[in-house]
Amino acid sequence: MKAKHQRLVLALFAVAGIAGAGVLGASALRDEAAYFRTPVEIKSGKAVVGEPMRLGGMVALGSIARQSDGLTIRFVATDGKASVPVEYTGIVPDLFGEESGMVADGRMRADGTFVADRILAKHDERYMPPQMGDMPKNMKAPTAT
Amino acid sequence: MHAYANPTRFLAIARPLTPWLLGLGVLLVLAGAWAGLTQVPGDYKQGETARILYVHVPAAWLGMGGWTSLALAGLIQLVWRHPLSGIAARAIAVPGMLFTALCLVTGSIWGKPTWGTWWEWDGRMTSMLVLLFLYAGFIALTNGDEGQRQGGSLSRGAAIYALVGAINIPIINRSVVWWNSLHQGPSITLRGSSIDNALLWPLGLTLLGFSLLFGAIVLMRMRRIIADNRVAARLRRLADDEGAIA
Repeated sequence: MKAKHQRLVLALFAVAGIAGAGVLGASALRDEAAYFRTPVEIKSGKAVVGEPMRLGGMVALGSIARQSDGLTIRFVATDGKASVPVEYTGIVPDLFGEESGMVADGRMRADGTFVADRILAKHDERYMPPQMGDMPKNMKAPTAT
Repeated sequence: MHAYANPTRFLAIARPLTPWLLGLGVLLVLAGAWAGLTQVPGDYKQGETARILYVHVPAAWLGMGGWTSLALAGLIQLVWRHPLSGIAARAIAVPGMLFTALCLVTGSIWGKPTWGTWWEWDGRMTSMLVLLFLYAGFIALTNGDEGQRQGGSLSRGAAIYALVGAINIPIINRSVVWWNSLHQGPSITLRGSSIDNALLWPLGLTLLGFSLLFGAIVLMRMRRIIADNRVAARLRRLADDEGAIA
């Protein structure tokens, strides 16, 4: 075997080793590297009451209710399998709306409500012109503009 | 393979190619920017902010494509000791880092009005920032090293660094699939695009345009390194001659 071929085999083994290590590392991180918890994870007992965490999910249709103080909102975050009521006092991003994704920083209260300190809107991967967004089959644009 | 190893043969192709890549690249980027800013509607939900994708997506693609080529050059350096591979890797590092930074900056500018935050430590953003640091490390490792004074080849360490760093590329790509993230999932996949065609076509222009520009920058930087090598070789010969006379 020529030296060139030896180096090639060695390099390919090394690359395969690195790739394998990377995949193992990434899959080990699967839970830890998650940016947020989903409602179904919270229902299955991954949330500790009072501990800071992040909740991500869709805002359920028709669930946003503004409280009488004008600043506090309540809504339901869902992932299709489970849902968690959320309470938040403050200003939400423009893109926050029903049937749209959101991520909330906060903690679970003992009564099962998630109290958020901060809310981010999550955008999905679809981009389309406004006329198409208004079509009934598609997601409605949020009311706030 | 060694037919193209010869810098003279490389220059014979690179010299006439550079102005074409540069001119066509600038033209396509300008056309894409014009189309993206004036000819297509804003997104149904994000409105005008969506237009930043015409810069953001090519920047991300070139940041990642840059490191992929860098790692390939590292592999070729290790295995075949191809004289141009080290020169190519050195030439790619700076524009690769530049486009990675551009991707992070445009993403941040888009993130504020869309998500409501400039920066979050989610999988996509963190792995992209790691790529920026990888580029910085590679530049620090190779700038002014022994190889730079000896024709531009990479040291074994730098070539291995380039290969090891490549593991981050699939991680960036899969970060939004493997992990819950704030960044949305992939819009353009092998199965098609969830960006509507009405908004998609200027992206084709800027994607191709920025890629050609990237190619032009790399060729120019490679030519510069080769020119530096020749100057250095000539100076050495002159010094030797003078030494002989004295």
